[in-house]
Amino acid sequence: MNIYEQQKKNKRLTIIILIVFILFFLAIGLGFDYFYLNSFLMASYDPYSGSPQPKFVPIGTVASLIISLIFVLIAFTNGIKMLISSTGARMPDPNNLKERQLLNVVEEMALAAGIPRPITYIVPDNDLNAFATGFSPEKSYIFVTQGLIDNLTREELQAVIGHEISHIRFYDIRLMTVITVLINAIGIISDFMSRSMRRGYSGYRSSSSRRNNASGIIFLIWIIFVILAPIISRILAMAISRQREYLADAGSAELTRNPKALISALEKIRMAIQPTKSMKDSVAHLCITDPRGSLIEERTDFFSNLFATHPPMEKRILALKLMAYEYEKNKQT
Amino acid sequence: MTIFLIIIAILIIWVIISFNRLVTLRNQVKNAFTQIDIQLKRRHDLIPNLVESVKGAMKFEQETLTKVMEARAKAINAFQSGNIKEGFQNENIITQALGRLFALRESYPELKSNQQVSQLMEELTATENKISFARQFYNDITTKYNTAIEVFPTNIIAKMMNFTPFDLFELPKDSQEREVPKVNLSI
Repeated sequence: MNIYEQQKKNKRLTIIILIVFILFFLAIGLGFDYFYLNSFLMASYDPYSGSPQPKFVPIGTVASLIISLIFVLIAFTNGIKMLISSTGARMPDPNNLKERQLLNVVEEMALAAGIPRPITYIVPDNDLNAFATGFSPEKSYIFVTQGLIDNLTREELQAVIGHEISHIRFYDIRLMTVITVLINAIGIISDFMSRSMRRGYSGYRSSSSRRNNASGIIFLIWIIFVILAPIISRILAMAISRQREYLADAGSAELTRNPKALISALEKIRMAIQPTKSMKDSVAHLCITDPRGSLIEERTDFFSNLFATHPPMEKRILALKLMAYEYEKNKQT
Repeated sequence: MTIFLIIIAILIIWVIISFNRLVTLRNQVKNAFTQIDIQLKRRHDLIPNLVESVKGAMKFEQETLTKVMEARAKAINAFQSGNIKEGFQNENIITQALGRLFALRESYPELKSNQQVSQLMEELTATENKISFARQFYNDITTKYNTAIEVFPTNIIAKMMNFTPFDLFELPKDSQEREVPKVNLSI
């Protein structure tokens, strides 16, 4: 599989999972409106008899989305400042050779991607990690740990920056924001449901007179959905995150035309066992590797993979080796 | 009648969207070319400094150093007189000669330990990389633009509004363009 085929495959999978995610949210939200809130507003009047006609308006679905959106926007407005102060990040010094190299490499990759140069910060942490953030490619940020600058060669650093720049140019930050909004909205509804269930009230029972058996089964399925909602939404979000990691790897190879450099960078990052203490789990999906430490990424079994932000290192390296193989083959012919 | 109006409206919207897309792409192509230009100028500025600081140590490379300086002068002249093709031919000579200098640096220990030379080398390596990445992006975006003005039905708009294709950068057959910037300068 070459770089472009890999990218196409990852983009297609992202869209499929995202559609499933939205359908899942609608199932939860509209079910909530239908079974629980009885969102039938007397909106329009029958012109002949003058009696009110019930009309379905999904108040709960819309309200949970709006509340969640407000939460996420508030979190975003001070996000960067908080991040800089919580990680203790500093600007690179252009007079220091290694840090100058970092600035140069970032500019090189930005040129290759055709986006403005991201603002670069160094995080004083000896682990090897990097991550990107920012809502648009016009204004974005890249954070690199001291350990990464100290341990990688110029080419390897370039490959890692290429990965981060690819997160930016593929709008992964926006995508993950949309997903966070959906997760929160689902959370609001399922939270509300579990609280009122404990109080022993069910909107369904109170209006059961106008329902039949078929809707009873749908109701049961919906209740199971609501109970499992936090787990299902997390599994879906992580599945998208892993696709974006493969995509960013392929994007880096596309920019540098040098998949081998990313392979050796990933091998070095893999060897650094300790977790990245300065990076929080909330930004894990935009890092080059999971900040919780490499042991998580070495697990290849199905269940631990289900909740991982990154695919196992082995699989990422294998995918890159395939790209490198295709690339070398094409260069020779 | 209403259907007719709707079709007209959709057509107008389509023309506007396609036209704007073509203009955006054309501007990206122009901007990509400017980026290459900026980096070439930067390289022209850096070369005299480099030659000055390694001239003493690299006694056996005087020929290469002279070649670089000559090609630089020719390139600047060619660009000023508007002879783009000749300019880029000389730029390719510079790229190859610099690649040779970078590779040979390993065999001069006094250069390897010299802080000032290291910084100059890093700057030049970065500039070399930027030139080739800017070209790479230029070729990608130009291919996209050229395809957009050729495919049906956008080509109708492109013809009417005079969108013309741009040339791609073609590298000489023996060029090691992708290899040159790959010189590893980390110590």
